[in-house]
Order: sequence, then C-alpha cells, then structure tokens
Amino acid sequence: MTTIETPRSPYTRTPRRGVNWEKAGWIYMRVSGVILVVLILGHLFVNMMLGEGVKGIDFAFVAGKWASPFWQVWDVTMLWLALIHGANGMRTIVNDYATSPRMRGTLKTLIGVSAVSLIILGTLVATTFDPCPVVPADQLELLPSFCETL
Amino acid sequence: MSVATAPRATKKPIRPGGTLYRGREGMWSWVLHRITGVAIFFFLLVHILDTALVRVSPEAYNVVISSYKTPLMGLGEIALVGAILFHALNGLRIIAIDYWRKGVKYQRTMFWTVVGVWAVLMAAFIPRQLMVVFSEVASS
Repeated sequence: MTTIETPRSPYTRTPRRGVNWEKAGWIYMRVSGVILVVLILGHLFVNMMLGEGVKGIDFAFVAGKWASPFWQVWDVTMLWLALIHGANGMRTIVNDYATSPRMRGTLKTLIGVSAVSLIILGTLVATTFDPCPVVPADQLELLPSFCETL
Repeated sequence: MSVATAPRATKKPIRPGGTLYRGREGMWSWVLHRITGVAIFFFLLVHILDTALVRVSPEAYNVVISSYKTPLMGLGEIALVGAILFHALNGLRIIAIDYWRKGVKYQRTMFWTVVGVWAVLMAAFIPRQLMVVFSEVASS
C-alpha cells in the first residue's frame, strides 16, 4: 500500500548503496589536475624550452631521459593521470551532448577502449624501453652517445 | 517633485541569474575549458602513438618526430601550449571556486588573473618557439 507523504515534508535524498562513482570522478579530476599541472608544465619546459626546444627531440633525447628511472616514473605517471583525466572529461561531454542512449554507449565505449589500450601501450613502451637497441649499422649514429661505451 | 518625472534608470538586460557558470566570464571560461580539453585529449592520443615508435626503431621515431619540427607544426605547437596553459590555469581556478571559501566571490577576478598569467607564459614561450622553429639550425 502506498502512503502519501506529508505535504511540504523536507526533501530527502534517496539513499544510495556502494561507492559514489560520480563523486569519486569529480574528486579525481581535481586531484589529478593539480598533479598534471606540475607534470605537464615540467614536461613542456624540459622538452620545448631547454636545449634546442622541439628540434632537440629525437631518439637519443628520449633514450637519454628514459635511461633514468626519474623520467620513466614521471612520464608513466603523467600517462595514467592524463589519459584517465581526459577520458573522464570526454565522458562528461558525451553525457552532455549525445542525446540517444545508443550513441552515448558507443562513444563512451570507444573512449574507454582507447584510454585502456593506450595506457597499456604507453606503460609497456616506457618500462620495456631499451636506450641502446640492436640496430643496422647505418642507424648507429641515431643512438645516444652513452651507447658507444657498451 | 513627483516620482514620475524622475529619469528612469536605464533598463538592465534581464539575465537568467542564479547560476555561477552562466553568462560572461563564468560561461566563457567553461566553454574554453571544454574546447581546450577536447583538443588536448586528441593530441594526447596521437602523442602516445608517436612516442610508442621509440619501441619500433630509432629511425622510425626520428622520421615521424621530425614532422613536429616544421614551421607549420611549430605554429600548431604554440596553439597546443596555449590550450594546455589555459586548461591548467583555469583548472586551478575551478578548484579554487570549489574549495576556497571566497572562490565564488572572486571567480571573475580569478578568470582575468588566469588570462594575465597565460599571457605572460605565452610571451615567454612564443618567441622561444619561433626562434627554434624558424632558425636554420640543422635538426638532428
């Protein structure tokens, strides 16, 4: 039997069970955002401002950075935080503008799949990276200078 | 003197009030935050793929990364850095609005602070980037 609420009874939220994922996402955007400001501005400063700027970026440059665990951790942290931050932002935008449930589902699946696969790819690339790979003789000059001593 | 002859105050346009993000600086910063966010997301997808080429071969990576050193892409990088800096600074403003007690009161001031800091940082980056991209230094 249904009961009718007392008129003008104060609004109460429907109690929810489990983790509030929307709230977790909201907090994540802010926490990851602050860390990303430091990580990405540092990344841009080292790669675009120091040395020869964008013209100094090549295999040897990346190898020189990733020879140190410091930049490996920096870049992998940046990868995870940025992709999840970006994917969650895109999810918000899809929720706002995609009107049909099917379109929303498709777009959010695409966002999720690309985020997960690029996180896996990027993590593997940065952690299994070899700064001095075996290369044909004509590519030896592309390796960082410290490979000569090996 | 009767009240009726007093000059009427110029009619103020009626705006839908009551929301923080609607109209003027609040809304436009929100619009810019979205646009820059989407742009950065798509660049990030491409950037992870091009960096993954270091695992293919030094030559493959260098060939692809050399396309970032052309004048046209150099200008594109200025746009990218501009988008990232705005998104970063405005993101900090959003956090201040949400968590700082006086954040809502000063959101408009903070927006113009964001614009100011952004302009200073861009003034540092743009000349540097133009010198790098348009100089004749042989790219390695």
